[in-house]
Amino acid sequence: MSTTIAPARESVRATDRVATARRRVTVGETFSQTMTLAWRALKRMRRNPEQFFDVALQPILFTAMFAYVFGGAIAGDVESYLPLMIPGILAQTVLTTCMATGTQLREDMEKGVFDRFKSLPIARIAPLAGPMVADLLRYAIAATLTFGMGIVMGYRPGGGAGGVLAAILLAIFTGWSLAWIFTWIGTIARSAQAVQGISMMILFPLTFLSNAFVPVESLPDWLAAFVRINPVSHLVTAARDLANGGLVTGEVAWTLVAGLISIVIFAPLSVRSYKRHM
Amino acid sequence: MSITELDPPPDVAVRAQGLAKTFGGHRAVDGINLDVRTGEIFGVLGPNGAGKTTMLRMLATLLKIDAGRAEIFGVDVVDQPHVIRQLVGVTGQYASVDESLTARENLWLFGRLQGVASSRARSIAAELLEQFGLEEAADKPIAQFSGGMRRRLDLAASLITRPPLIFLDEPTTGLDPRTRGQMWETIRGLVADGCTVLLTTQYLDEADQLADRVAVIDHGRKVAEGTPDELKTAVGNSTLQLLLAQPDDVPAAVRVVRRVLGSEPVLSPEQGRLNVALDQADLAAEVLIALRTAGVSISSVSVAKPSLDEVFLALTGHETDGDEAGNAAGTMEENR
Repeated sequence: MSTTIAPARESVRATDRVATARRRVTVGETFSQTMTLAWRALKRMRRNPEQFFDVALQPILFTAMFAYVFGGAIAGDVESYLPLMIPGILAQTVLTTCMATGTQLREDMEKGVFDRFKSLPIARIAPLAGPMVADLLRYAIAATLTFGMGIVMGYRPGGGAGGVLAAILLAIFTGWSLAWIFTWIGTIARSAQAVQGISMMILFPLTFLSNAFVPVESLPDWLAAFVRINPVSHLVTAARDLANGGLVTGEVAWTLVAGLISIVIFAPLSVRSYKRHM
Repeated sequence: MSITELDPPPDVAVRAQGLAKTFGGHRAVDGINLDVRTGEIFGVLGPNGAGKTTMLRMLATLLKIDAGRAEIFGVDVVDQPHVIRQLVGVTGQYASVDESLTARENLWLFGRLQGVASSRARSIAAELLEQFGLEEAADKPIAQFSGGMRRRLDLAASLITRPPLIFLDEPTTGLDPRTRGQMWETIRGLVADGCTVLLTTQYLDEADQLADRVAVIDHGRKVAEGTPDELKTAVGNSTLQLLLAQPDDVPAAVRVVRRVLGSEPVLSPEQGRLNVALDQADLAAEVLIALRTAGVSISSVSVAKPSLDEVFLALTGHETDGDEAGNAAGTMEENR
């Protein structure tokens, strides 16, 4: 180990450093730091491919299971259930993926490298937002596989390629924005297991108390009332209209609004609790 | 000593006043004042749990300061955390690098995050890998790194933007002697380059080897401060450890030591054991001969370098794991 530092190097002058130090992080710097940390998260994903098992297997398994179990009872046969169910599975898969975002972020935060992120002059949101940007890839894989599996089983979306693509993009956006809820839980919970537990309790009512798998008309009134305001129902209806009819309905707007509300509330909360107690 | 030829500039790198941190009801840091001069290596010496790491984390903006205030190069730590983070490089007790990336990728990542252009970040990474002897392992997963290699990488990662102040939290704990010596050389190199270093350590010899000045911390309080020489004057260069055959002989042995050395031996809680601080190891023979002449029988004897325990015994009157706050606090400050 050569320890002497080359004499040609200019020596460090503290007063100059104080004078040239930047007072705050700019938006441009925040974006660049977020993308750098997204690069890190993608590297990690490539080196731990088992992280992709859930996003790859769940759409395939659930599509097949739900279609054969519920198809006959709800829609008469499997093929006529698929247009109703595939957008439902899409929403469910994307939500499960956002839950994984919170759990993995929490695991990551317990590692020493997060200490260094905290000690660096970077935007406090970047270590949270970086992995979430990388997760866009997971949402895209999950959404594409869901439609792919549906098509293999005989689903023929009436909205064509454009409608399906629009539904996938809407699902990715919703997943990413709702993931801030789970990220926030990740920053307040004591352990990764706790994140998982709490997230499950949020996730199950959201997916199953929606119109993802059954028509709303079949539900009792009090339940139907909740199902109608559930953002997951809006996503499912919007995705159905897009994929099956190529229609952009008001449901798309509601879904986008729900997503934006989630970002506006939970992104600042996440940053605040990350700053405070990590 | 490290850099005797360079007189440190008179300005202050770190100034802390009444710094305090409470966890639950426990005061981990209990009103510490600190002045670190620009260009020096300042050592914070103390046992596990003394509050060294907590203090460092507060100064590095990693922990909220509960009471008191701190400035780094005249910049307030609480008001301007973003500026502080540009001035301080932090190397923690546990490697804070990304285990899933290679050494080269880690250095590139931390450079990019601090606004260094991609190609420049790559060349800085290559320079640092060479400087820290990590070239061969540069593209291997960090999981295969030894403890010493991780520490070096961790320190390298703190130096990318060449910050003027570097915090090192127990930089050599758990390293073998050879690697430790290399780390010392590296730290001296930093100061030669114009950096100021604030390091914590549990080892007296490390503080002696590296630091220009040392603060001794115990139970969240500073119990002494001075140069390593002043510390050693208080403690002695080496310690003669005696176990008497007859515990009843202790008063006689104390009288002998007083007569031969003119100093007080330290009585150990263990029956019949006493520690004698020696300016030179040679004096051990004088003491032993005098004891024999006086008819005091010894069952075991050893000469050792003073341990952190003895420093604490001498400075605070209790062992490092004792529960009483130091009652001899400030002895060294009075000596100066």
